[in-house]
Amino acid sequence: MKIRVKLFAMLSSYLPDGAQGNEVDYEVDDGATPGAVIDRLHMPRASCHLVLINGFYTQPSQLDSTPLHEGDALAIWPPIAGG
Amino acid sequence: MSWAGKVLRVNLTNGTCKSEPLNMEWAQQYLGQRGLASKYLAEEVDPKVDPLSPANKLIMTTGPLTGTMASTGGRYSVVTKGALTGAIACSNSGGYFGAEMKNAGWDMIIFEGRAPSPVYLYVENDKAEIRSAEGIWGQSVWKSEEMIRHFHQDPQLRIAVIGRAGEEGVKFACVVNDSHRAAGRSGVGTVMGSKNLKAVAVRGTKGVKVKDFKAFMEATNAAKAILASNPVTGQGLPTYGTQVLMNVINETGALPTRNHRDVQFEGASKISGEAMHEKRLTDGKPNLVKNQACFGCTIACGRVSMLDKTHFSVSNRPEYWGASGGLEYENAWALGASTGVSDLEALTFCGFLCNEQGMDPITLGTTIGAAMEMFEQGTITEKETGGIKLTFGNAEALCQVVEMTGKGEGFGREIGLGSKRLCEKYGHPELSMSVKGQEFPAYDSRGIQGMGLTYATSNRGACHLRSYTVSSEVLGVPVKTDPHVTEGKAELVKAFQDATAAVDSSGLCVFTTFAWGLQDFASMLDAACEGGWTMERLAEVGERIWNLERKFNNAAGFTAADDTLPKRLLTEAAKTGPAKGLVNKLGEMLPEYYKIRGWTPDGMPTNETLARLGL
Repeated sequence: MKIRVKLFAMLSSYLPDGAQGNEVDYEVDDGATPGAVIDRLHMPRASCHLVLINGFYTQPSQLDSTPLHEGDALAIWPPIAGG
Repeated sequence: MSWAGKVLRVNLTNGTCKSEPLNMEWAQQYLGQRGLASKYLAEEVDPKVDPLSPANKLIMTTGPLTGTMASTGGRYSVVTKGALTGAIACSNSGGYFGAEMKNAGWDMIIFEGRAPSPVYLYVENDKAEIRSAEGIWGQSVWKSEEMIRHFHQDPQLRIAVIGRAGEEGVKFACVVNDSHRAAGRSGVGTVMGSKNLKAVAVRGTKGVKVKDFKAFMEATNAAKAILASNPVTGQGLPTYGTQVLMNVINETGALPTRNHRDVQFEGASKISGEAMHEKRLTDGKPNLVKNQACFGCTIACGRVSMLDKTHFSVSNRPEYWGASGGLEYENAWALGASTGVSDLEALTFCGFLCNEQGMDPITLGTTIGAAMEMFEQGTITEKETGGIKLTFGNAEALCQVVEMTGKGEGFGREIGLGSKRLCEKYGHPELSMSVKGQEFPAYDSRGIQGMGLTYATSNRGACHLRSYTVSSEVLGVPVKTDPHVTEGKAELVKAFQDATAAVDSSGLCVFTTFAWGLQDFASMLDAACEGGWTMERLAEVGERIWNLERKFNNAAGFTAADDTLPKRLLTEAAKTGPAKGLVNKLGEMLPEYYKIRGWTPDGMPTNETLARLGL
């Protein structure tokens, strides 16, 4: 199935080929989890602080148990803040 | 020590400058900067005074750690009764001016009265003189700085100055220092302009004495190590600045767009921190040149940008081709998403104009957004705008109107009223996205519930810097809470408000709190200052400051009825994103907030609370 992967800030460098801006359509196995995508893109887990599926926050403890669905937007940030 | 122990009192009506000792009893109760100057203001100014009358006072104030070796020790604040709001105002700025003022030996400069003709204050250590601003009045921030330095033949002068906006009575004028840092909100520059005070130029070489130098160095070094190793302050903020937030706030459906009609902006990625790093198609250069630090700062979140010389805004205006203060999240949002404009270069140009003429870009952008909504519904027409098609997304119109506002020209004079007065004038007060007359910053409280309570109860009108619950509700710093629920938010907001009031009184930057806790501030303060400073004491000082500000506002005529949000946020649900279907549920949070604050159900501090805090 195809999902939309969005990687921001210092994680931008982990975007696979074909990315436009900070986003890319990405083919994953049915039922893949955010954790599986993070590992496949070789991103350090500790750097994946804010993981959103369609804008909703995913707890670190649920990264390997939350299934993604066709068309989901998976957006990930390292620890960030501002004002 | 660490406080200089001196106040410079400048009577502009009489033309006198007098030194007086700092009230050290108050310093122990209110620490410095925001807290201590608010105490002076509350003691010396009738809360009902017209903000633009000579009876109002304007205080430039440092904190005990301003000008020291502590990281981010360059902060100062401008405290007054705000021109935009009529509430107590405290606007905080970085750069180098505050540290210079402290090194000249002054904790605070209190301006009273009104000069009969335009003047500026020149301070060289103990010496203070009121000088004529003839020839400088009427000039921009940047030109004024240049003229004053040239006149005194001193390139190292640090200057805080108003631009044309402050002279012209734009209600949201800033005090700008070091060319592009600003005490930005609530119209503190408007008050300065009303006093015929153009600038304050300072040279200070006396240094700042701390109580225990060895302990202070140990505490500041330890605190700097924490900032360096924290991923937010050590990596994220230096690399992307506050602009790193544009995409995340949009993704979470809390990016106010087109005057809060929408909560997500389709152009967000084009105006984000990441976009500032991308090479332009036109000249192959990125918008961002480098990051920049204020005095003593080891974070360096500031942005320095250069415009595309071929962009329509500056193609024949080489005076804007140099490197200057670039977009931060708030001005990128207010000038961009709030107006529907996704042209990064146009927003950068407008940001330059805000610095050049001294305007708060948050109120400016949101006021233009409100005007655009009224233009699109036909309430404002080209007759009023002078032929400008003020539609959402029109970058050319945005640039024109920003420039006109800064100079007090044409339709810009209407924008200069701020959204509350503008929308009331055109019969649509409900379209002003403001609280207590001050416009919202860049977080929609339908998607971040705690921010609704933050805005409604902020003592200076809508503001994110009084209680930044975004940090917890969205960013998970220090711990993640659910942005869509109201449970626990009253406690969260109170804790943020009290802690921030203490930090704002220390002389250090609130951005350090992404890595530091109050204990880190206490360690540095206790090494530098007499008084046995602890984390608990700082929290109490913060609570005292919050209640002092509230008391001032109540005496000025504000009531619980002002602790509210515009109807749009309370009744019109978010249309898209994770918060789709939600409104802000302020009514679920406000009674609990009053209760834990020790206030009556109608928002007045009880006698017990006032007594407990020594008020």
